[in-house]
Amino acid sequence: MSDLTDLYQQVILDHNKRPRNRGKLPTANRVAHGDNPTCGDQCSVYLRLDGDRVAEISFDGSGCAISQASASLMTTQVKGKTPAEIEALFKNFHHIVTTGEMPEDISDIAAFAGVHTFPARIKCATLGWHAALNALKGDPTTVKTE
Amino acid sequence: MPDWNQIRLDFPTLRQEVNGKPLVYLDSGATSQKPQVVLDSLARFYLKDNANVHRGIHALSMRATDAFEGARARTARFINAADSAEIVFTRGTTESVNLVASSWCSANLRKGDVVLLTEMEHHSNLVPWQQAAARAGATLRYVPVVGADAELGLDLEALDRLLTPEVKLFAFTHSSNTLGIINPAAELCARARKVGSLTLIDAAQSIGHLPVDVQALGCDFLAFSGHKMLGPTGIGVLYGRKALLDAMPPYQTGGGMISSVDFFESRWKPSPERFEAGTPNVADAVSLAVAMDYLDGIGREAIEAHDRELGAYMMESLADVSGIRILGPRAGMPRSGLVSFALADAHAHDVVTFADQDGIALRGGHHCNQPMMRKLGLASTSRASCYVYNTREDIDRMVASLRRIVKFFSGA
Repeated sequence: MSDLTDLYQQVILDHNKRPRNRGKLPTANRVAHGDNPTCGDQCSVYLRLDGDRVAEISFDGSGCAISQASASLMTTQVKGKTPAEIEALFKNFHHIVTTGEMPEDISDIAAFAGVHTFPARIKCATLGWHAALNALKGDPTTVKTE
Repeated sequence: MPDWNQIRLDFPTLRQEVNGKPLVYLDSGATSQKPQVVLDSLARFYLKDNANVHRGIHALSMRATDAFEGARARTARFINAADSAEIVFTRGTTESVNLVASSWCSANLRKGDVVLLTEMEHHSNLVPWQQAAARAGATLRYVPVVGADAELGLDLEALDRLLTPEVKLFAFTHSSNTLGIINPAAELCARARKVGSLTLIDAAQSIGHLPVDVQALGCDFLAFSGHKMLGPTGIGVLYGRKALLDAMPPYQTGGGMISSVDFFESRWKPSPERFEAGTPNVADAVSLAVAMDYLDGIGREAIEAHDRELGAYMMESLADVSGIRILGPRAGMPRSGLVSFALADAHAHDVVTFADQDGIALRGGHHCNQPMMRKLGLASTSRASCYVYNTREDIDRMVASLRRIVKFFSGA
Protein backbone atom coordinates (compact mmCIF):
# COMPACT_ATOMS: atom_id res chain seq x y z
CA MET A 1 0.00 0.00 0.00
CA SER A 2 3.00 2.33 0.23
CA ASP A 3 2.62 3.60 -3.33
CA LEU A 4 -1.05 4.17 -2.67
CA THR A 5 -0.52 6.13 0.50
CA ASP A 6 2.00 8.20 -1.45
CA LEU A 7 -0.63 8.80 -4.09
CA TYR A 8 -3.46 9.48 -1.69
CA GLN A 9 -1.72 11.72 0.82
CA GLN A 10 -3.75 13.11 3.70
CA VAL A 11 -3.76 16.54 2.05
CA ILE A 12 -5.39 15.00 -1.02
CA LEU A 13 -7.93 12.97 0.92
CA ASP A 14 -8.79 16.05 2.94
CA HIS A 15 -9.33 18.26 -0.12
CA ASN A 16 -11.37 15.49 -1.72
CA LYS A 17 -13.64 15.19 1.32
CA ARG A 18 -13.80 18.88 2.12
CA PRO A 19 -13.20 20.74 -1.11
CA ARG A 20 -12.32 24.43 -0.79
CA ASN A 21 -13.93 27.10 -2.94
CA ARG A 22 -16.40 24.73 -4.46
CA GLY A 23 -19.41 25.97 -6.40
CA LYS A 24 -20.21 28.61 -8.97
CA LEU A 25 -18.88 32.11 -8.48
CA PRO A 26 -21.61 34.66 -9.28
CA THR A 27 -19.10 37.49 -9.65
CA ALA A 28 -16.81 35.58 -12.03
CA ASN A 29 -15.64 37.36 -15.17
CA ARG A 30 -13.73 34.33 -16.49
CA VAL A 31 -14.95 30.74 -16.83
CA ALA A 32 -13.46 27.62 -18.41
CA HIS A 33 -14.29 23.93 -18.40
CA GLY A 34 -11.99 20.96 -18.22
CA ASP A 35 -13.07 17.58 -19.41
CA ASN A 36 -11.45 14.17 -19.21
CA PRO A 37 -13.46 12.15 -21.74
CA THR A 38 -12.16 8.68 -20.87
CA CYS A 39 -13.10 8.78 -17.21
CA GLY A 40 -15.79 11.44 -17.29
CA ASP A 41 -13.95 13.81 -14.93
CA GLN A 42 -15.27 17.34 -15.24
CA CYS A 43 -14.08 20.57 -13.76
CA SER A 44 -15.31 24.12 -14.26
CA VAL A 45 -13.22 26.98 -12.98
CA TYR A 46 -14.76 30.39 -12.24
CA LEU A 47 -12.61 33.34 -11.41
CA ARG A 48 -12.75 37.09 -11.04
CA LEU A 49 -9.74 38.84 -12.41
CA ASP A 50 -9.31 42.21 -10.75
CA GLY A 51 -6.65 44.19 -12.58
CA ASP A 52 -3.97 41.58 -13.12
CA ARG A 53 -4.72 39.51 -10.03
CA VAL A 54 -7.14 36.67 -9.35
CA ALA A 55 -9.38 38.23 -6.71
CA GLU A 56 -11.74 35.27 -6.35
CA ILE A 57 -11.79 31.73 -7.68
CA SER A 58 -13.96 28.64 -7.39
CA PHE A 59 -14.38 25.31 -9.07
CA ASP A 60 -17.17 22.87 -9.65
CA GLY A 61 -17.33 19.42 -11.11
CA SER A 62 -17.15 15.74 -10.47
CA GLY A 63 -14.45 13.16 -10.75
CA CYS A 64 -11.88 11.09 -8.96
CA ALA A 65 -10.21 12.07 -5.69
CA ILE A 66 -7.06 13.19 -7.49
CA SER A 67 -8.84 15.52 -9.92
CA GLN A 68 -11.15 17.06 -7.33
CA ALA A 69 -8.50 17.48 -4.64
CA SER A 70 -6.10 18.97 -7.15
CA ALA A 71 -8.69 21.50 -8.34
CA SER A 72 -9.54 22.39 -4.76
CA LEU A 73 -5.92 22.87 -3.77
CA MET A 74 -5.26 24.82 -6.96
CA THR A 75 -7.94 27.40 -5.99
CA THR A 76 -6.21 27.98 -2.65
CA GLN A 77 -2.85 28.43 -4.36
CA VAL A 78 -3.73 30.82 -7.16
CA LYS A 79 -5.92 33.29 -5.30
CA GLY A 80 -4.29 36.72 -5.22
CA LYS A 81 -1.74 35.82 -7.88
CA THR A 82 -1.10 37.21 -11.36
CA PRO A 83 -1.43 35.03 -14.48
CA ALA A 84 2.37 34.90 -14.81
CA GLU A 85 2.75 33.74 -11.21
CA ILE A 86 0.05 31.12 -11.74
CA GLU A 87 1.75 29.80 -14.84
CA ALA A 88 4.98 29.48 -12.89
CA LEU A 89 3.09 27.62 -10.15
CA PHE A 90 1.61 25.25 -12.70
CA LYS A 91 5.03 24.59 -14.19
CA ASN A 92 6.22 23.68 -10.73
CA PHE A 93 3.17 21.49 -10.13
CA HIS A 94 3.55 19.77 -13.48
CA HIS A 95 7.17 19.04 -12.67
CA ILE A 96 6.16 17.51 -9.33
CA VAL A 97 3.46 15.22 -10.76
CA THR A 98 5.56 14.03 -13.68
CA THR A 99 8.88 13.51 -11.88
CA GLY A 100 8.02 13.14 -8.21
CA GLU A 101 10.71 15.67 -7.37
CA MET A 102 9.89 17.95 -4.46
CA PRO A 103 10.23 21.70 -4.82
CA GLU A 104 12.59 23.64 -2.59
CA ASP A 105 9.85 25.56 -0.84
CA ILE A 106 7.63 22.71 0.30
CA SER A 107 3.98 23.58 -0.04
CA ASP A 108 0.77 21.56 -0.12
CA ILE A 109 1.11 20.90 -3.83
CA ALA A 110 4.07 18.63 -3.01
CA ALA A 111 1.41 16.18 -1.79
CA PHE A 112 0.88 15.33 -5.45
CA ALA A 113 4.40 13.97 -5.91
CA GLY A 114 3.05 10.41 -5.59
CA VAL A 115 1.10 10.85 -8.82
CA HIS A 116 4.24 10.39 -10.90
CA THR A 117 4.31 6.63 -10.26
CA PHE A 118 0.77 6.44 -11.70
CA PRO A 119 1.20 7.97 -15.17
CA ALA A 120 -2.45 7.29 -16.06
CA ARG A 121 -3.48 9.68 -13.29
CA ILE A 122 -1.39 12.70 -14.28
CA LYS A 123 -4.23 13.95 -16.45
CA CYS A 124 -6.53 13.81 -13.41
CA ALA A 125 -4.13 15.93 -11.37
CA THR A 126 -3.72 18.59 -14.04
CA LEU A 127 -7.38 18.94 -15.11
CA GLY A 128 -8.28 21.84 -12.78
CA TRP A 129 -5.04 23.64 -13.53
CA HIS A 130 -5.61 23.47 -17.27
CA ALA A 131 -9.12 24.83 -16.82
CA ALA A 132 -7.79 27.69 -14.66
CA LEU A 133 -5.08 28.58 -17.19
CA ASN A 134 -7.67 28.60 -19.97
CA ALA A 135 -9.94 30.81 -17.91
CA LEU A 136 -7.04 33.23 -17.46
CA LYS A 137 -6.41 33.28 -21.18
CA GLY A 138 -10.08 34.11 -21.64
CA ASP A 139 -10.47 30.94 -23.69
CA PRO A 140 -13.85 29.50 -22.81
CA THR A 141 -13.45 26.33 -24.90
CA THR A 142 -13.42 23.05 -23.04
CA VAL A 143 -9.95 21.72 -22.41
CA LYS A 144 -9.47 18.00 -22.67
CA THR A 145 -6.68 16.34 -20.76
CA GLU A 146 -6.19 13.37 -23.03
CA MET B 1 -18.89 -29.54 -16.73
CA PRO B 2 -15.64 -28.01 -18.01
CA ASP B 3 -12.78 -27.73 -15.53
CA TRP B 4 -12.47 -23.96 -15.34
CA ASN B 5 -9.25 -24.08 -13.33
CA GLN B 6 -7.73 -26.21 -16.10
CA ILE B 7 -8.99 -23.80 -18.78
CA ARG B 8 -7.27 -20.90 -17.02
CA LEU B 9 -3.92 -22.62 -17.60
CA ASP B 10 -4.41 -22.25 -21.37
CA PHE B 11 -3.92 -18.47 -21.06
CA PRO B 12 -0.24 -17.48 -20.76
CA THR B 13 -1.02 -13.82 -19.96
CA LEU B 14 -2.74 -14.83 -16.75
CA ARG B 15 0.43 -16.46 -15.42
CA GLN B 16 1.97 -13.31 -14.04
CA GLU B 17 2.05 -11.07 -11.04
CA VAL B 18 0.95 -7.45 -11.15
CA ASN B 19 2.23 -5.22 -8.38
CA GLY B 20 3.46 -8.31 -6.57
CA LYS B 21 0.08 -10.08 -6.62
CA PRO B 22 -1.15 -12.85 -8.92
CA LEU B 23 -3.10 -11.19 -11.74
CA VAL B 24 -6.89 -11.30 -11.54
CA TYR B 25 -8.16 -10.24 -14.93
CA LEU B 26 -11.71 -8.88 -14.76
CA ASP B 27 -11.69 -6.73 -17.88
CA SER B 28 -12.80 -9.18 -20.57
CA GLY B 29 -15.65 -6.84 -21.51
CA ALA B 30 -12.95 -4.60 -22.94
CA THR B 31 -10.87 -7.37 -24.43
CA SER B 32 -10.33 -11.03 -23.66
CA GLN B 33 -7.04 -12.78 -23.07
CA LYS B 34 -5.90 -15.29 -25.72
CA PRO B 35 -5.37 -19.02 -25.29
CA GLN B 36 -2.08 -20.56 -26.38
CA VAL B 37 -3.72 -22.18 -29.45
CA VAL B 38 -4.64 -18.76 -30.85
CA LEU B 39 -1.13 -17.43 -30.27
CA ASP B 40 0.29 -20.56 -31.93
CA SER B 41 -2.01 -20.05 -34.90
CA LEU B 42 -0.77 -16.48 -35.41
CA ALA B 43 2.84 -17.63 -35.31
CA ARG B 44 2.17 -20.62 -37.54
CA PHE B 45 0.53 -18.51 -40.22
CA TYR B 46 3.41 -16.07 -40.39
CA LEU B 47 6.03 -18.82 -40.09
CA LYS B 48 4.60 -21.18 -42.72
CA ASP B 49 1.71 -19.93 -44.81
CA ASN B 50 2.14 -16.19 -45.16
CA ALA B 51 1.14 -14.94 -48.61
CA ASN B 52 -1.46 -12.68 -50.08
CA VAL B 53 -4.82 -14.29 -50.72
CA HIS B 54 -6.86 -14.68 -53.92
CA ARG B 55 -5.45 -14.43 -57.43
CA GLY B 56 -2.35 -16.32 -56.28
CA ILE B 57 -1.15 -19.35 -58.13
CA HIS B 58 1.82 -20.32 -55.98
CA ALA B 59 1.62 -22.79 -53.13
CA LEU B 60 1.76 -20.37 -50.22
CA SER B 61 -0.88 -18.12 -51.75
CA MET B 62 -3.17 -21.09 -52.25
CA ARG B 63 -2.60 -22.23 -48.65
CA ALA B 64 -3.28 -18.74 -47.33
CA THR B 65 -6.43 -18.45 -49.46
CA ASP B 66 -7.68 -21.83 -48.28
CA ALA B 67 -7.03 -20.89 -44.66
CA PHE B 68 -8.74 -17.50 -45.08
CA GLU B 69 -11.80 -18.89 -46.84
CA GLY B 70 -11.81 -21.77 -44.36
CA ALA B 71 -12.04 -19.17 -41.58
CA ARG B 72 -15.02 -17.63 -43.33
CA ALA B 73 -16.76 -21.00 -43.53
CA ARG B 74 -15.91 -21.66 -39.88
CA THR B 75 -17.42 -18.30 -38.92
CA ALA B 76 -20.59 -19.10 -40.86
CA ARG B 77 -20.88 -22.35 -38.92
CA PHE B 78 -20.16 -20.57 -35.64
CA ILE B 79 -23.21 -18.32 -36.02
CA ASN B 80 -25.23 -20.72 -38.18
CA ALA B 81 -25.31 -18.46 -41.24
CA ALA B 82 -26.95 -20.09 -44.25
CA ASP B 83 -24.05 -19.24 -46.57
CA SER B 84 -20.38 -18.29 -46.00
CA ALA B 85 -20.89 -15.45 -48.49
CA GLU B 86 -22.88 -13.79 -45.70
CA ILE B 87 -19.69 -13.36 -43.66
CA VAL B 88 -17.76 -10.12 -44.28
CA PHE B 89 -14.46 -9.74 -42.45
CA THR B 90 -13.95 -6.29 -40.96
CA ARG B 91 -11.66 -4.73 -38.36
CA GLY B 92 -14.23 -5.23 -35.62
CA THR B 93 -17.72 -4.43 -34.40
CA THR B 94 -17.25 -0.71 -34.96
CA GLU B 95 -16.32 -1.13 -38.60
CA SER B 96 -19.13 -3.65 -39.12
CA VAL B 97 -21.71 -1.17 -37.82
CA ASN B 98 -20.16 1.66 -39.82
CA LEU B 99 -20.30 -0.48 -42.94
CA VAL B 100 -24.07 -0.87 -42.63
CA ALA B 101 -24.63 2.70 -41.46
CA SER B 102 -22.67 3.95 -44.44
CA SER B 103 -23.53 1.53 -47.23
CA TRP B 104 -27.03 0.31 -46.46
CA CYS B 105 -28.21 3.69 -45.21
CA SER B 106 -26.89 5.57 -48.24
CA ALA B 107 -29.02 3.38 -50.50
CA ASN B 108 -32.06 2.91 -48.29
CA LEU B 109 -32.48 5.54 -45.60
CA ARG B 110 -34.61 8.52 -46.63
CA LYS B 111 -35.93 11.75 -45.16
CA GLY B 112 -38.63 11.00 -42.60
CA ASP B 113 -37.37 7.47 -41.93
CA VAL B 114 -36.48 6.37 -38.42
CA VAL B 115 -33.60 4.32 -37.05
CA LEU B 116 -34.56 2.75 -33.73
CA LEU B 117 -31.87 2.19 -31.10
CA THR B 118 -31.91 1.48 -27.37
CA GLU B 119 -30.61 3.73 -24.62
CA MET B 120 -28.06 1.10 -23.61
CA GLU B 121 -26.11 1.16 -26.88
CA HIS B 122 -22.34 1.45 -26.87
CA HIS B 123 -21.21 4.60 -28.71
CA SER B 124 -20.13 2.37 -31.59
CA ASN B 125 -23.76 1.39 -32.19
CA LEU B 126 -25.02 4.93 -31.73
CA VAL B 127 -22.73 7.51 -33.29
CA PRO B 128 -22.68 5.84 -36.77
CA TRP B 129 -26.50 6.02 -36.82
CA GLN B 130 -26.49 9.66 -35.74
CA GLN B 131 -24.24 10.37 -38.70
CA ALA B 132 -26.26 8.26 -41.14
CA ALA B 133 -29.54 9.81 -39.97
CA ALA B 134 -28.12 13.30 -40.33
CA ARG B 135 -27.00 12.55 -43.90
CA ALA B 136 -30.40 11.11 -44.86
CA GLY B 137 -32.63 13.56 -42.99
CA ALA B 138 -33.86 10.63 -40.92
CA THR B 139 -34.38 10.64 -37.15
CA LEU B 140 -33.38 8.41 -34.25
CA ARG B 141 -35.62 6.90 -31.61
CA TYR B 142 -34.58 5.08 -28.47
CA VAL B 143 -36.14 2.23 -26.52
CA PRO B 144 -35.84 3.46 -22.93
CA VAL B 145 -33.88 1.69 -20.21
CA VAL B 146 -36.17 1.55 -17.17
CA GLY B 147 -36.18 0.21 -13.63
CA ALA B 148 -34.28 0.59 -10.37
CA ASP B 149 -30.47 0.13 -10.32
CA ALA B 150 -30.54 -3.63 -9.86
CA GLU B 151 -33.71 -4.17 -11.91
CA LEU B 152 -32.82 -2.45 -15.14
CA GLY B 153 -34.06 -3.52 -18.54
CA LEU B 154 -35.48 -2.31 -21.84
CA ASP B 155 -38.99 -0.92 -21.72
CA LEU B 156 -40.53 -3.58 -23.94
CA GLU B 157 -44.01 -2.10 -23.50
CA ALA B 158 -42.82 1.08 -25.21
CA LEU B 159 -41.69 -0.94 -28.20
CA ASP B 160 -45.12 -1.08 -29.87
CA ARG B 161 -45.38 2.69 -29.68
CA LEU B 162 -41.84 3.12 -31.04
CA LEU B 163 -41.91 0.47 -33.76
CA THR B 164 -43.97 2.31 -36.36
CA PRO B 165 -43.77 1.78 -40.14
CA GLU B 166 -41.29 4.70 -40.38
CA VAL B 167 -38.72 2.55 -38.62
CA LYS B 168 -36.46 1.15 -41.32
CA LEU B 169 -33.80 -0.32 -39.09
CA PHE B 170 -33.67 -1.39 -35.45
CA ALA B 171 -30.11 -1.71 -34.11
CA PHE B 172 -29.60 -3.00 -30.60
CA THR B 173 -27.07 -4.68 -28.41
CA HIS B 174 -27.43 -8.36 -27.60
CA SER B 175 -25.63 -8.02 -24.27
CA SER B 176 -25.00 -4.68 -22.57
CA ASN B 177 -21.36 -3.73 -21.96
CA THR B 178 -22.34 -1.74 -18.86
CA LEU B 179 -25.42 -3.36 -17.36
CA GLY B 180 -24.75 -7.06 -17.81
CA ILE B 181 -28.21 -7.40 -19.33
CA ILE B 182 -28.86 -9.88 -22.12
CA ASN B 183 -31.68 -8.58 -24.30
CA PRO B 184 -34.40 -10.84 -25.78
CA ALA B 185 -32.88 -10.51 -29.25
CA ALA B 186 -35.12 -12.99 -31.06
CA GLU B 187 -38.25 -11.27 -29.73
CA LEU B 188 -36.93 -7.83 -30.70
CA CYS B 189 -36.17 -9.04 -34.23
CA ALA B 190 -39.60 -10.64 -34.58
CA ARG B 191 -41.37 -7.47 -33.46
CA ALA B 192 -39.29 -5.32 -35.82
CA ARG B 193 -40.01 -7.63 -38.72
CA LYS B 194 -43.77 -7.18 -38.18
CA VAL B 195 -43.48 -3.51 -39.14
CA GLY B 196 -41.07 -4.24 -41.98
CA SER B 197 -37.97 -2.97 -40.17
CA LEU B 198 -34.58 -4.60 -40.64
CA THR B 199 -32.52 -5.46 -37.58
CA LEU B 200 -28.85 -5.22 -36.67
CA ILE B 201 -27.57 -6.94 -33.55
CA ASP B 202 -24.42 -5.67 -31.86
CA ALA B 203 -23.08 -8.99 -30.62
CA ALA B 204 -19.72 -7.66 -29.37
CA GLN B 205 -20.42 -8.74 -25.79
CA SER B 206 -22.46 -11.87 -26.52
CA ILE B 207 -20.46 -13.62 -29.22
CA GLY B 208 -18.25 -16.22 -27.63
CA HIS B 209 -20.25 -15.99 -24.39
CA LEU B 210 -23.43 -17.77 -25.45
CA PRO B 211 -24.80 -19.62 -28.48
CA VAL B 212 -25.50 -17.15 -31.31
CA ASP B 213 -27.58 -18.49 -34.20
CA VAL B 214 -28.46 -15.79 -36.72
CA GLN B 215 -31.24 -17.85 -38.25
CA ALA B 216 -32.86 -18.56 -34.89
CA LEU B 217 -32.45 -14.91 -33.89
CA GLY B 218 -33.98 -13.80 -37.19
CA CYS B 219 -31.69 -10.78 -37.55
CA ASP B 220 -30.70 -9.14 -40.83
CA PHE B 221 -27.25 -8.00 -39.72
CA LEU B 222 -25.01 -9.03 -36.84
CA ALA B 223 -21.73 -7.38 -35.90
CA PHE B 224 -18.94 -8.64 -33.66
CA SER B 225 -15.22 -8.43 -32.88
CA GLY B 226 -12.66 -11.20 -32.63
CA HIS B 227 -10.71 -9.81 -29.69
CA LYS B 228 -13.53 -10.09 -27.16
CA MET B 229 -13.95 -13.81 -27.96
CA LEU B 230 -10.37 -14.99 -27.37
CA GLY B 231 -9.29 -14.04 -30.91
CA PRO B 232 -6.82 -11.40 -32.11
CA THR B 233 -7.46 -7.67 -32.27
CA GLY B 234 -8.09 -6.06 -35.64
CA ILE B 235 -10.45 -8.69 -36.97
CA GLY B 236 -14.23 -8.67 -36.80
CA VAL B 237 -17.26 -9.81 -38.68
CA LEU B 238 -20.34 -8.40 -40.29
CA TYR B 239 -23.00 -10.98 -40.95
CA GLY B 240 -25.66 -9.84 -43.42
CA ARG B 241 -28.36 -11.69 -45.29
CA LYS B 242 -27.03 -12.42 -48.76
CA ALA B 243 -29.81 -10.65 -50.66
CA LEU B 244 -29.28 -7.50 -48.57
CA LEU B 245 -25.50 -7.49 -48.95
CA ASP B 246 -25.68 -8.05 -52.70
CA ALA B 247 -27.99 -5.05 -53.06
CA MET B 248 -25.73 -2.74 -51.04
CA PRO B 249 -23.18 -0.36 -52.59
CA PRO B 250 -19.49 -0.77 -51.67
CA TYR B 251 -18.22 0.67 -48.41
CA GLN B 252 -14.59 1.07 -49.43
CA THR B 253 -13.27 0.55 -52.93
CA GLY B 254 -10.02 -0.66 -54.41
CA GLY B 255 -8.40 -3.99 -55.17
CA GLY B 256 -10.02 -7.31 -54.40
CA MET B 257 -13.61 -6.03 -54.53
CA ILE B 258 -14.02 -5.37 -58.26
CA SER B 259 -15.11 -7.67 -61.04
CA SER B 260 -13.77 -5.30 -63.72
CA VAL B 261 -12.25 -1.84 -63.86
CA ASP B 262 -12.26 0.60 -66.72
CA PHE B 263 -10.64 4.05 -66.70
CA PHE B 264 -13.98 5.68 -65.97
CA GLU B 265 -16.15 3.06 -64.31
CA SER B 266 -15.96 -0.22 -62.44
CA ARG B 267 -18.11 -3.17 -61.52
CA TRP B 268 -18.26 -4.82 -58.14
CA LYS B 269 -17.98 -8.39 -57.06
CA PRO B 270 -20.86 -9.78 -55.06
CA SER B 271 -20.61 -10.03 -51.28
CA PRO B 272 -18.53 -10.73 -49.31
CA GLU B 273 -15.62 -9.60 -51.56
CA ARG B 274 -17.47 -6.39 -52.43
CA PHE B 275 -16.93 -5.24 -48.84
CA GLU B 276 -13.34 -6.41 -48.45
CA ALA B 277 -11.30 -3.94 -50.47
CA GLY B 278 -7.55 -4.33 -50.15
CA THR B 279 -5.51 -7.12 -48.63
CA PRO B 280 -7.58 -8.62 -45.85
CA ASN B 281 -6.37 -9.41 -42.34
CA VAL B 282 -5.59 -13.04 -43.13
CA ALA B 283 -3.59 -14.15 -40.09
CA ASP B 284 -6.10 -12.74 -37.66
CA ALA B 285 -9.10 -14.20 -39.51
CA VAL B 286 -7.44 -17.64 -39.53
CA SER B 287 -6.64 -17.34 -35.82
CA LEU B 288 -10.16 -16.15 -35.03
CA ALA B 289 -11.40 -19.44 -36.47
CA VAL B 290 -9.07 -21.22 -34.04
CA ALA B 291 -10.64 -19.24 -31.18
CA MET B 292 -14.04 -20.44 -32.37
CA ASP B 293 -12.84 -24.05 -32.27
CA TYR B 294 -11.50 -23.46 -28.77
CA LEU B 295 -14.80 -21.94 -27.56
CA ASP B 296 -16.85 -24.75 -29.05
CA GLY B 297 -14.46 -27.20 -27.42
CA ILE B 298 -15.60 -25.81 -24.07
CA GLY B 299 -19.19 -25.43 -25.22
CA ARG B 300 -21.02 -22.14 -25.46
CA GLU B 301 -23.94 -23.28 -23.29
CA ALA B 302 -21.43 -24.09 -20.56
CA ILE B 303 -19.77 -20.68 -20.96
CA GLU B 304 -23.15 -18.96 -20.78
CA ALA B 305 -23.96 -20.80 -17.55
CA HIS B 306 -20.51 -20.02 -16.11
CA ASP B 307 -20.92 -16.30 -16.92
CA ARG B 308 -24.41 -16.19 -15.45
CA GLU B 309 -23.25 -17.92 -12.29
CA LEU B 310 -20.30 -15.55 -11.83
CA GLY B 311 -22.48 -12.52 -12.62
CA ALA B 312 -25.05 -13.52 -10.01
CA TYR B 313 -22.27 -14.30 -7.51
CA MET B 314 -20.81 -10.82 -8.06
CA MET B 315 -24.21 -9.15 -7.51
CA GLU B 316 -24.58 -11.14 -4.29
CA SER B 317 -21.03 -10.56 -3.02
CA LEU B 318 -21.06 -6.85 -3.76
CA ALA B 319 -24.48 -6.22 -2.21
CA ASP B 320 -23.24 -5.45 1.30
CA VAL B 321 -20.21 -3.34 0.36
CA SER B 322 -20.90 -0.06 2.10
CA GLY B 323 -22.31 2.73 -0.08
CA ILE B 324 -22.42 0.70 -3.29
CA ARG B 325 -24.78 1.21 -6.24
CA ILE B 326 -24.92 -1.92 -8.39
CA LEU B 327 -26.34 -1.85 -11.90
CA GLY B 328 -27.89 -4.91 -13.48
CA PRO B 329 -30.98 -6.82 -14.47
CA ARG B 330 -33.51 -8.22 -12.01
CA ALA B 331 -32.42 -11.43 -10.31
CA GLY B 332 -33.43 -14.37 -12.47
CA MET B 333 -33.39 -12.39 -15.74
CA PRO B 334 -30.86 -13.38 -18.41
CA ARG B 335 -27.52 -11.86 -17.44
CA SER B 336 -23.87 -11.99 -18.36
CA GLY B 337 -20.76 -12.19 -16.20
CA LEU B 338 -20.37 -8.42 -16.16
CA VAL B 339 -21.33 -6.09 -13.32
CA SER B 340 -20.80 -2.37 -12.96
CA PHE B 341 -21.06 -0.45 -9.75
CA ALA B 342 -20.39 2.91 -8.14
CA LEU B 343 -19.12 3.54 -4.63
CA ALA B 344 -20.34 6.57 -2.69
CA ASP B 345 -16.93 7.13 -1.11
CA ALA B 346 -14.58 6.45 -4.02
CA HIS B 347 -14.65 7.48 -7.65
CA ALA B 348 -14.29 4.74 -10.28
CA HIS B 349 -10.77 5.78 -11.22
CA ASP B 350 -9.64 5.70 -7.63
CA VAL B 351 -11.23 2.24 -7.35
CA VAL B 352 -9.42 0.99 -10.44
CA THR B 353 -6.09 2.39 -9.26
CA PHE B 354 -6.50 0.71 -5.85
CA ALA B 355 -7.62 -2.61 -7.33
CA ASP B 356 -4.65 -2.53 -9.71
CA GLN B 357 -2.33 -2.30 -6.71
CA ASP B 358 -3.92 -5.57 -5.59
CA GLY B 359 -3.22 -7.12 -9.01
CA ILE B 360 -6.87 -6.84 -10.08
CA ALA B 361 -7.72 -5.47 -13.53
CA LEU B 362 -11.02 -3.56 -13.57
CA ARG B 363 -12.32 -0.83 -15.84
CA GLY B 364 -13.62 2.55 -14.72
CA GLY B 365 -15.37 5.25 -16.67
CA HIS B 366 -18.48 5.77 -18.74
CA HIS B 367 -17.87 2.58 -20.76
CA CYS B 368 -18.80 4.36 -24.01
CA ASN B 369 -22.35 4.69 -22.70
CA GLN B 370 -22.42 8.42 -21.94
CA PRO B 371 -26.10 9.15 -22.67
CA MET B 372 -27.35 6.25 -20.56
CA MET B 373 -24.94 6.97 -17.71
CA ARG B 374 -26.19 10.56 -17.67
CA LYS B 375 -29.76 9.28 -17.49
CA LEU B 376 -28.83 7.04 -14.55
CA GLY B 377 -27.20 10.03 -12.87
CA LEU B 378 -23.72 8.52 -12.97
CA ALA B 379 -20.56 10.06 -14.39
CA SER B 380 -18.70 6.78 -14.20
CA THR B 381 -18.80 3.29 -12.77
CA SER B 382 -16.29 0.56 -12.08
CA ARG B 383 -16.86 -2.59 -14.06
CA ALA B 384 -15.82 -6.19 -13.52
CA SER B 385 -16.34 -8.58 -16.42
CA CYS B 386 -15.71 -12.32 -16.40
CA TYR B 387 -14.91 -14.97 -18.93
CA VAL B 388 -13.89 -18.61 -19.15
CA TYR B 389 -10.72 -18.13 -17.08
CA ASN B 390 -12.40 -16.48 -14.09
CA THR B 391 -13.51 -18.19 -10.91
CA ARG B 392 -15.31 -17.30 -7.69
CA GLU B 393 -11.90 -16.80 -6.05
CA ASP B 394 -11.22 -13.90 -8.45
CA ILE B 395 -14.44 -12.24 -7.35
CA ASP B 396 -13.66 -12.85 -3.68
CA ARG B 397 -10.32 -11.09 -4.16
CA MET B 398 -12.00 -8.15 -5.87
CA VAL B 399 -14.62 -7.77 -3.15
CA ALA B 400 -11.95 -7.91 -0.43
CA SER B 401 -10.04 -5.19 -2.29
CA LEU B 402 -13.18 -3.06 -2.60
CA ARG B 403 -13.82 -3.30 1.12
CA ARG B 404 -10.31 -1.98 1.76
CA ILE B 405 -10.94 0.86 -0.69
CA VAL B 406 -14.16 1.88 1.03
CA LYS B 407 -12.42 1.79 4.40
CA PHE B 408 -9.54 3.90 3.11
CA PHE B 409 -11.71 6.62 1.62
CA SER B 410 -14.49 6.72 4.21
CA GLY B 411 -11.93 6.83 7.01
CA ALA B 412 -10.20 9.88 5.60
